[in-house]
Amino acid sequence: MLQMPENKKIKTVMDKDGIERCLTRIAYEILEKNKGMENVVLVGIRTGGVYLAQHLQKKMSEIENGNIPLGILDITLYRDDLSVSRKKPRLGETRINFSLDDKIVILVDDVLFTGRTIRAAMDALIDFGRPKMIQLAVLIDRGHRELPIRADFVGKNLPSSLWEAVRVDLVEKNGVDQVVIEEET
Amino acid sequence: MKFERKDILGIKDLSVDEINLILETAASFLEISTRPIKKVPTLRGKTIINLFYEPSTRTRTSFEIAGKRLSADTINISASTSSMVKGETLLDTARNLEAMNPDVIVIRHSAAGAPHLLAKFVKQSVINAGDGAHEHPTQALLDLMTIKEHKGNIAGLKVAIIGDIEHSRVARSNIYGLTKMGAQVVLAGPATMLPREIERMGVKVFSRIEEAILDADVVMMLRIQLERQKQNIFPSLREYAQRFSLNPGNIKLAKPNVIVMHPGPMNRGVEISPDIADDPSCSVILDQVNKGVAVRMALLYLLVGGGE
Repeated sequence: MLQMPENKKIKTVMDKDGIERCLTRIAYEILEKNKGMENVVLVGIRTGGVYLAQHLQKKMSEIENGNIPLGILDITLYRDDLSVSRKKPRLGETRINFSLDDKIVILVDDVLFTGRTIRAAMDALIDFGRPKMIQLAVLIDRGHRELPIRADFVGKNLPSSLWEAVRVDLVEKNGVDQVVIEEET
Repeated sequence: MKFERKDILGIKDLSVDEINLILETAASFLEISTRPIKKVPTLRGKTIINLFYEPSTRTRTSFEIAGKRLSADTINISASTSSMVKGETLLDTARNLEAMNPDVIVIRHSAAGAPHLLAKFVKQSVINAGDGAHEHPTQALLDLMTIKEHKGNIAGLKVAIIGDIEHSRVARSNIYGLTKMGAQVVLAGPATMLPREIERMGVKVFSRIEEAILDADVVMMLRIQLERQKQNIFPSLREYAQRFSLNPGNIKLAKPNVIVMHPGPMNRGVEISPDIADDPSCSVILDQVNKGVAVRMALLYLLVGGGE
């Protein structure tokens, strides 16, 4: 369950129902933009993006009455801060069991921030083949981009300060569905 | 846990947590070798020198591929083409290599302790790719990974290691690794090939292969080093094969789902019968080679994957 350190101010900005509605809307938007789900595949970025991608997979498959492939991507080996950061991030498994050639890849992440994770993810995807298109779906866009990257599907725009942290909690990850802003006090 | 080591010199000084971290990391690297583009940019700009003073196909190629799949530059130096033939000492060679600023030196040497000496004198990471009859840590790690994948767990398994234990660095590293991970290790081989007091390493010793492989979950066959026959350690290959080879007859003594391993290169018909070596229902020998690349990628990543 959640640990709440005392020196942090926590503000809930989205609850379970809010997340659910956002994902439902994004699922419809993806299907609308791509005129159904033919050639569409989902790839979730470890770890938060994977759970969101699973939710989207379920919703989209129900709406269109079909099955949409889902891959899991760990971007650690593509990070641009590996050679400068002292710590070696723990590696997770990447599992994309289908070809990405000529597919419309919906990349899914929980929070879009500097854009560096997405840059790394795109580099990784291209090593798996040549997608027809890569689109980006995120639950939260908190601004502060450091690279020319934008999302195609956004759950909620959440202007934030750099000293705040935006955290997406999901039942699968830490037992509760909510989006919170943490502020160091 | 964080991996804080500069070098990988032996299994003896690795903790169980470190071994588990290496095996977990290696499992994530397996997938890269199945991609259409088998390369990730992680070690871009890093240089790895493979310094091999003894012949090797598998280990050297495996390290080279591991480095290249991580985008590092790999350079191979073998004894016959190096200044060693001109009489340069190991430390002088190492100091010269060090002056060219590599990031990792992988060394295989016929003298036990050579990698440890090197690690003390150079600032780069050193990986032991086999030193004399002492240790071969990357082989033991890939063996542990292979066993874990096929058996799910290592603790509680019975593992039989058969053959020339005395001269085998593979056996020594595996004994350290397997006993640390909670497996029961039994050995068998001709008396001349069993080191005295080897039981102190926490293993049981038998003089007959049949006793050792009884109910074993894993049977690891060691290469009989043909050049040793000249030292009168065993009378003839024929006799050795009769007494200590793994064959379709005696393998029935092991558990029905036993896996058979061999670090290579194999002497078919000597320590292992071709029927066993090529039997896909028990032989995992080529799988070991496959895991070797992933284990070496994991070690390179853990040693030099972060900044200074």
